[in-house]
This record gives sequence, C-alpha cells and structure tokens, in this order.
Amino acid sequence: MRVKVRVFARLRELAGRGDWDDDVDDQGGHASAATVWLAAVRRHPALEPFGGAISCAVNARFARMTTTVHDGDEVAFLPPVSGG
Amino acid sequence: MRLLAITADPLSVDALVGAVERAARARGEGCGAVATFVGVVRATHHGRRVTSLVYEAFDALAERVFERIQTETGDAWPEATVGIHHRIGRLDIGEASVAIAAAAPHRVQAFQVCRYAIERVKQIAPVWKHEFFEDGEAWVEGAVADPDDEDARATARARACA
Repeated sequence: MRVKVRVFARLRELAGRGDWDDDVDDQGGHASAATVWLAAVRRHPALEPFGGAISCAVNARFARMTTTVHDGDEVAFLPPVSGG
Repeated sequence: MRLLAITADPLSVDALVGAVERAARARGEGCGAVATFVGVVRATHHGRRVTSLVYEAFDALAERVFERIQTETGDAWPEATVGIHHRIGRLDIGEASVAIAAAAPHRVQAFQVCRYAIERVKQIAPVWKHEFFEDGEAWVEGAVADPDDEDARATARARACA
C-alpha cells in the first residue's frame, strides 16, 4: 500500500524533507503507524534515535503507534512539542 | 474573526478579545470578565542571546487540537468562551507568539480558563519553536504530545485552579 509520510521540526531537518510517499507492506490489513515509522527509519536512518519520543497522527488526527493504517493514509510523526 | 487560528500574521490581542466577547454575548452567557495571556519572544534563553525564533506547526492538526482544548474548557467551565491564536513563521524579540482570551461571567473562571488553555497548548499543540542565537540555533522540545494523557490534563487543571 502507498502512504504519505510527514515529519516536522527536528525530524524534518534530519530527514532533509518534510514529506514523502512510501510503499509499505500492508501486512494483511494489520499495518500500523509503527510499521510506517520503521519504513521511515529505513529510508532516513537519522530518525532512528527519536522513535522513543514521538507522537503520531493519521490523516491529521492524533493516533497511537498501534493505529491501523490503510492505503492512501497520511501518517505524521511529531517530535516533542514546544508551542506557546 | 475566528476564535481559533494558526496564522503567519502578527497577533492582535484587541481583535481576539473583541471576538471572544462577541461570541460570549451571542451565546447568551453573561460576560463580566475577559482574561488574556500573551506569550512573547524572549531576548535570552538559558543565558544565550536570542536573535529570532521560527515557529512551525502542523496546521490541520493544530486547529483540531485547539478545538479539543475549547471542548475541554467548555466541559469544565460551561459559561466561559475561549479564543486561541498562535503565530507561525519568523518572529522577532518582543513579538507575540500566542494570544489566548477567555470570557466568563466572573474573573475566577476567566483566569482559570486562560491558564488551562495555555497549559494545554504547551502540552499538546503540534507547534515547534526553533531558536536562533548569536552563536547557533536549537530546536526547543517539551512534552511528547498525548491528548489522551489524563495526568497531563489533571496537571493543567490543577495549575489553572491553583
């Protein structure tokens, strides 16, 4: 399946880009945001150390790394926030 | 003017206060107080001289997060009306990065809603601050955003009502 991946702030800088499309194994309908993250890390290994401190969003709604992802979804990974 | 916004334009506290007051009156609630909070770009961070800041946001998600904060304040303070505007892009020292206004029948709720809203913005809004110093730059990283974290929500509530 094909998903759109988005990353922000420090993750965007480390990846060298803010979004890309990725072909991810749909694991028989069980692919999750974590599956997409692992694919993102394979593509951009510099992201790997940050996997323990990220939030994720699927189609611009907060999600869990266990949230199931479908073909065409947009999956975003967010470093710790610092608004205000 | 919308009560909730992410914008690259300079923030206007007066305009936000006016919008919150009008919304409060339109809801038929008595408006006896408006409290405001304005976050401003500081000249130093841990002793280093800041030259400018750049704020980045995940706009679509941030607007939903502001709606969520509005729902949370509505649940806890049903008579209050809140507005949240957050700036993005490059800001100079002294410019407003975030403006929050809360209208309520009485000052206690207005202050509480204002404080709760800024605490929640800091906890869960998908916004990032990139600081530029005279001698370098750094991303500021605070909380791992988790809107369902009840402990974080309780902390915001406790600070609001302290």
